[in-house]
Amino acid sequence: MKKKLVVIGNGMAPGRALETLFKKAPGDFDVTIFNAEPRVNYDRIMLSPVLSGEKTFEDIVIHDDAWYAEHGVTLLKGEKIVHIDREKKTVMSENGVTSPYDHLMIATGSTPIVIPVPGHDKNGVVTYRDLDDVDQMLEAAKKRKNAVVIGGGLLGLEAAAGLQMQGMNVTVLHLMPTLMERQLDPAAGYLLQRAIEDRDIRVITKANTHEILGDDEVTGVALDDGTVIPADIVVMAVGIKPSTAVAEAAGLEIGRGIIVDDAMRTSDPDISAVGECAEHRGMCYGLVAPLYDMAKTLAARLAGDETAAYTGSVTSTKLKVTGIDLFSAGDFAEAPDREEIVLRDAAAGVYKRLVLKDNRIIGVVLYGETKDGAWFFQMMKDGTDVSELRETLIFGQGYAGGAPLDPTAAVAALPDDGEICGCNGICKGDIVSAIAEQGLSTIDDVRAVTKASGSCGSCTGLVEQLLALALGDAYNPAAVQPMCPCTDLGHDDVRRLIVAKELKTIPAVMQELEWKTSCGCAKCRPALNYYLVATWPGEYEDDYQSRFINERVHANIQKDGTYSVIPRMWGGMTTPGELRAIADVAEKFNIPSVKVTGGQRIDLLGVQKEDLPAVWADLNAAGMVSGAAYAKGLRTVKTCVGTDWCRFGTQDSTGLGIKIEKMMWGSWTPHKVKMAVSGCPRNCAEATCKDFGVICVDSGYELHFAGAAGMHIKGTEILCTVATEEEALEYCAATVQLYREQGRYLERIYKWADRVGHDTVRAQIVEDQERRNLLYRRFLYSQKFAQIDPWAERVAGKDWREFTPMSDISRLEAAE
Amino acid sequence: MNTQTERWIDVGYLNDIPRRGARCVKVPGYTVALFRTGDDQVFALEDKCPHKNGPLSQGIVHDGCVTCPLHNWVISLATGEAQGADEGKVATIPVKLEGGRISIDIGVAAVRAA
Ligand code: SRM
Ligand SMILES: Cc1cc2nc3c(=O)[nH]c(=O)nc-3n(C[C@H](O)[C@H](O)[C@H](O)COP(=O)(O)OP(=O)(O)OC[C@H]3O[C@@H](n4cnc5c(N)ncnc54)[C@H](O)[C@@H]3O)c2cc1C
Ligand code: SF4
Ligand code: FES
Repeated sequence: MKKKLVVIGNGMAPGRALETLFKKAPGDFDVTIFNAEPRVNYDRIMLSPVLSGEKTFEDIVIHDDAWYAEHGVTLLKGEKIVHIDREKKTVMSENGVTSPYDHLMIATGSTPIVIPVPGHDKNGVVTYRDLDDVDQMLEAAKKRKNAVVIGGGLLGLEAAAGLQMQGMNVTVLHLMPTLMERQLDPAAGYLLQRAIEDRDIRVITKANTHEILGDDEVTGVALDDGTVIPADIVVMAVGIKPSTAVAEAAGLEIGRGIIVDDAMRTSDPDISAVGECAEHRGMCYGLVAPLYDMAKTLAARLAGDETAAYTGSVTSTKLKVTGIDLFSAGDFAEAPDREEIVLRDAAAGVYKRLVLKDNRIIGVVLYGETKDGAWFFQMMKDGTDVSELRETLIFGQGYAGGAPLDPTAAVAALPDDGEICGCNGICKGDIVSAIAEQGLSTIDDVRAVTKASGSCGSCTGLVEQLLALALGDAYNPAAVQPMCPCTDLGHDDVRRLIVAKELKTIPAVMQELEWKTSCGCAKCRPALNYYLVATWPGEYEDDYQSRFINERVHANIQKDGTYSVIPRMWGGMTTPGELRAIADVAEKFNIPSVKVTGGQRIDLLGVQKEDLPAVWADLNAAGMVSGAAYAKGLRTVKTCVGTDWCRFGTQDSTGLGIKIEKMMWGSWTPHKVKMAVSGCPRNCAEATCKDFGVICVDSGYELHFAGAAGMHIKGTEILCTVATEEEALEYCAATVQLYREQGRYLERIYKWADRVGHDTVRAQIVEDQERRNLLYRRFLYSQKFAQIDPWAERVAGKDWREFTPMSDISRLEAAE
Repeated sequence: MNTQTERWIDVGYLNDIPRRGARCVKVPGYTVALFRTGDDQVFALEDKCPHKNGPLSQGIVHDGCVTCPLHNWVISLATGEAQGADEGKVATIPVKLEGGRISIDIGVAAVRAA
């Protein structure tokens, strides 16, 4: 007597189980399949090529009608099972078709998750799971223009690429900061985003969908930040959940999926579950490889092999978008007991990262070149000890002692019009051809002929690398001090390359400049963040996690973890109202110390972090803005009383100091910047030991720069004398802008000026009027984005998380 | 000291913590710093640097470590140990991340506070 096997669902998992079963035990079973989808078994993972037009449905069919006939299988298409009667051992479909079983195989797969935002039920909102979804998308692509895909994971990106190839304008909205964050680290996520954007697909990360707009039909998607993106079709690809409803109603044990043991049996021994609907040892899978392993075990069991067991799978991921090569597997999180090997080839767009623990591979991320994926994956699954291979492991299986990494690669990869020398506007092509045509062989030759690196000198390293590229071993560039152990490049080279290669995010810098670590360190991250802020005003989005705490909260951390707050007092001037507000705040928040600083303003010391927003709110209400008291930025502009009161005063020193402070505040600089304006050479405001100082004289204003009075005491140098306040302001801003563009992170103005030469600074600011004017304008432009009172912003709720504990359970009674 | 039972308390969502950042949780007697790394792992340490009690939650998070904001000691998030030449160790607190929610074992925390 043949046993009666009933299968619910006709996806890839039961398809494979039946194939194996018919081989192992031909003729043992009489099989009936109920399938909610009105069609035969097809290769679901190939839906994306069908969507993009690279394949047809016929190409992806796994079992055609003839196959079912040949194996005597009854396939009921379009029959969805709604009820299992475990006592009578029967199943019933929506249309009332019933069938008895000896053994029941549940293979209902998964259901796409639809996020319940307002409007999610409008016409034109689709998911991406089966051929009907693909047909709906293809239909839309014929008549309509704009598509939005919610979800930048595997499915979302495949849908986006497909719709784009069908001629739609596609926008991908992704909640997280980088694409496919579950499979890729941020570095690979950056490369992927670039490749997706290269196909004219717009990607918006950190995008929180607020509402889907339209009457009956979708017309657009609104984000939490108010952005509206027009859409004629919205594809939701935010995740899947195992389809367990029928099994649950039948009283089977359910966790996230239908719980099965190693024999793929559910809590009822006559019922097994296989595929995405099953939960095995706490895992639900969403990829075919593990499902095939499950299917093999189940088939063996049904064929009578009592020892067959499924013990779980290790999975790997690939993205099926033509032209994008990406592979990931295992666990690639950072932890101190792990080591990483990173290889970046910026020119080829390659990023490879292996994560090792105890000399075994536990995680792999490959981007751009994935041919060794299977090799790494196998070693990872086998737990192979890789100590012997370590040195060359990352180069892959085919490695045969090739050349070590070329440190000049980043420069080699620059286009001919990539700018090398910012001071003199010299491009790579100019230098390379000068070297070749005029037989140059030293840095001095290049300087003499092209002027490159002849001014501030910060591009010397790059010019040397060009010489090395042209002359090979014959040239030996002077060693540069690397920024930190994450890179071989020095600060200046990094800065110039950020400009020349138009790098606009930290992951972009790390990839293109071949950083040796995956996410940098506490030394390079703040420096890169500054370089990007300074280079791309208005474009770069500040990375707060790469800033020192004082700049994240705009207050200074104290030895006991409290903060000090110093409101700005323009030019050292204050009013009774401001003083009253400060006094009130001090009392209201029990601030233990109030001190007059050496910078002509008042310090509130010992503020609790949680109180910071409220303290600022009160100070803001009294008209005061942030002092950015301890930022790498403008600190104070000290003034003296000048012509307003003083019998020696020659100019309005207080007024000019206030004007300077109002122009300069908020600007980020490589290190702190302090200024002062004195009304006469008696110099009561100590202008001659400041980063920038002004001494007023009868004929105008004597401008000073590059002084300091901290660890090193340094009198200023004279820049020049100007006649008007307007000129004083322009020269001041231009000097600071030059420093912002050339200074190395944590280098004060006096150190920068020592390094590049005071005369070089004078030449650029005083003698070159056009250049000064450009610098001045660049400074003012960047201030448009910088002069946002950080306190007001935070009082309004920005980064509120920074200031509140995530959770307070301190009142909870201690467990007995 | 009696043997303490575990007591897991839900303290919030993974997304409440910025990537490569930290948040605090106040528990009886002291503060726990919860860290989230660039690749979404979560660690919990007492918010107190082994050097001079600096609030580690305010530091820069990188490569499975945090750099203390006061004097730049580098502390391993997984073991609480100071890295490099510095010596010292801060208490680690058991932490679980399940379905985007974070819980910590306050049973241990309560013992420590006692
Ligand atoms: C509050 C103040 C002292 C005071 O009570 O008067 C002060 C306090 C600090 N100074 Fe200062 N400096 C203060 C004026 C000065 C001055 C005088 C001035 O600005 O006119 C100098 C010398 C001038 C100069 O900088 O050239 C000064 C030279 C330094 C230095 C050495 C800088 C150098 O390059 O040599 C540091 C260390 C650093 O920045 O790396 C420093 C660092 C510090 C820090 C921020 C240390 C820190 O990182 O925690 C102090 C914070 C104390 C706290 O816990 O709140 N402070 N510091 C002054 C704030 C002025 C203001 O209103 O902004
Ligand atoms: C677009 C796309 C691309 C993918 N790409 C990849 C990839 O590159 N690599 C990879 O490994 N995996 C990929 N996957 C995932 C892979 O396709 C699935 O893991 C696999 O198909 C799951 O097989 P299954 O048999 O468990 O379920 P499914 O294939 O989902 O089959 C379940 C079937 O059961 C039917 N059903 C559900 N409930 C009932 C019911 N009550 N009664 C009757 N029938 C019912 C459904 O209609 C469906 O036909 C992709 C998936 C999609 C959608
Ligand atoms: S010394 Fe200072 S206070 Fe005196 S006159 Fe000159 S500027 Fe004014
Ligand atoms: S307190 Fe942390 S380094 Fe000093």
